[in-house]
Amino acid sequence: MADGTPIVLSDSPRDGVEPSPSQRLKKRAFSHMGFVIGGIVLLSIFAMAMLAPLIAPHDPYDQQLARKMIPPIWHDSAKASWEFPLGTDQFGRDYLSRLIHGSQISLLIGFAAMLISGVIGTVLGVAAGYFGGKVDMVVNFIITTRLSLPVVLVALAVVSLVGNSLWIVIWVLGLLIWDRFAVVMRSTTQQVRNLDYVAAAQAIGCSTWRIIFSEIMPNIVNNLIVVATVEMAHAIILEAALSFLGLGVQPPAPSWGLMISEGKNHILFDPWLVGIPGVALFVLILSINLLGDGIRDVTAPENRN
Amino acid sequence: MTETVIRATDVTRTFMISAGAFRGKKPLRAVNGINLEVERGEVLALVGESGCGKTTLAKMLLGLLPPTSGTIELTGQPVNSIHRLEMAKLVQPVFQDPYSSLNPRKSIGSIITLPLRVQNDPNPETWRKRAEEIMELVGLPSRLFNNYPNQLSGGQRQRVAIARALINRPEVVICDEPTSALDVSVQSQILNLLQDLRKELNLTYVVISHNLAVVEHIATRVAVMYLGRIVEQTETATLFDAPEHPYTEALLKSVLTPDPSLGIPDTQLGAAYPNPVNPPSGCTFHPRCAKVMGQCSEIAPTPTKRPHGHVECHLYDDTAKPERAAS
Repeated sequence: MADGTPIVLSDSPRDGVEPSPSQRLKKRAFSHMGFVIGGIVLLSIFAMAMLAPLIAPHDPYDQQLARKMIPPIWHDSAKASWEFPLGTDQFGRDYLSRLIHGSQISLLIGFAAMLISGVIGTVLGVAAGYFGGKVDMVVNFIITTRLSLPVVLVALAVVSLVGNSLWIVIWVLGLLIWDRFAVVMRSTTQQVRNLDYVAAAQAIGCSTWRIIFSEIMPNIVNNLIVVATVEMAHAIILEAALSFLGLGVQPPAPSWGLMISEGKNHILFDPWLVGIPGVALFVLILSINLLGDGIRDVTAPENRN
Repeated sequence: MTETVIRATDVTRTFMISAGAFRGKKPLRAVNGINLEVERGEVLALVGESGCGKTTLAKMLLGLLPPTSGTIELTGQPVNSIHRLEMAKLVQPVFQDPYSSLNPRKSIGSIITLPLRVQNDPNPETWRKRAEEIMELVGLPSRLFNNYPNQLSGGQRQRVAIARALINRPEVVICDEPTSALDVSVQSQILNLLQDLRKELNLTYVVISHNLAVVEHIATRVAVMYLGRIVEQTETATLFDAPEHPYTEALLKSVLTPDPSLGIPDTQLGAAYPNPVNPPSGCTFHPRCAKVMGQCSEIAPTPTKRPHGHVECHLYDDTAKPERAAS
């Protein structure tokens, strides 16, 4: 344009040299620090969970009271050794191996509960936002009902009634934490639904299903991903809380929350028993939230161009 | 030989507006008894202030909103009996804002071919070719086929919207303020494009606009709407030369001129636009009318036939005189 061609006003066809949306998305994603760091940390925790049986130095369930309460390697203690880099717990189980295996439980619960609650919340929210009127009233009533139930109390009640196993915890969490999905999906669907391209699709003759799946969903999916990451972190913390209260995952499973719970009696003299799984939880939640924030920044339409 | 493409008979559309918690709902008559006939090849402009029911009427013509009462016929068939896919082949919209009328997640090609896919067009291998043909027709280079709306300018986006509307060759195109969101320099290009396409494809337009210059340029007939009713309907030249309804006069006076020394025109529309939930009695325009008479606040005027159309005002009818109404 600059080389002497006449200036054409704004209807001039721009050349196709501009990057396509997917190229821009990649560029923005890889220049976003939070997205990159969160992604790398989460990926490594995921890899750790997948490869747990291969990389864990010991059996996480192997109790040997002869080697109990060995402090981690950075302690000035004669007992600390490289055989147990993070020490052992009060039953003499290798803490590093338990930590590595525990990541499986945290990720499984986080992912499965997020999936269940995501499906419930998205269906309710999109239906309420798209159809409005009576559907919206009913969904709003369900959301309000759900919001008036205290999650931890209900989870405690259910777990004490039907017993507790990993999958019961997952289902209880999944059926309880869909409210944010529903609220966010409802309001974003309402916004998108009133845009002209939805009216244009209706005028073209698109069916309701087609409008929801090919016009509305692609434009709300970034919000969905952000909520999903937040809810995944939420589910992992709730599982840790339930396990800490003794109503989540049952011993001797190496859940991080359970590890904190089991170490709590020793918090004064051996704080690392609580500190190590606590830091692991912190890092996992932080990485998920960083990734979620990153996805929001990277995909938000106002960040375009 | 002329053929009536759109016929609206006594069309009303009422929305129930909640007046506040526990206070029930009140009816808002967005469109209140409209009769309209548009012949093939005509360009009918709907003008009027915001909130007078233009867009509601357009949505009903598109079949997106069912009328509360009255009937709308397109090419002789009542709208509520036409299947949505048939309806889509008859009438298509072009919206005001090309930034919100194109799905930002879809490529231009996918937006333009969507009508073909929705109609289950039998020849998928011709879709790309047909899309490129229509793109050429509306003045879009075919290399934009795989681009996304955010890579296009406002004028180009509006061309995409027009291409999407025209790819199935509809009979009627409803343009809701087709130029008001565009740069001034692009507006005339889009208007000329719409004019050319009308001749080429034998289209019928209903154009909604605030911009009277646009209306004068493109329309063959004009319907002036006020509070859900058409108060004057006539040929464009007649309307601009000799407006009959006081509201039309005021609208024409309200056009700003580029010469600042002329100041801001006095429209004599003193009072604000009335609350449509609680419209004035009699002629709904009487509180703002410069030529208000005694019976205006009591008796609603009925359409009076005029040489080139009709007007709804007591100045021109003699049927609503008080003595006649009493007898």
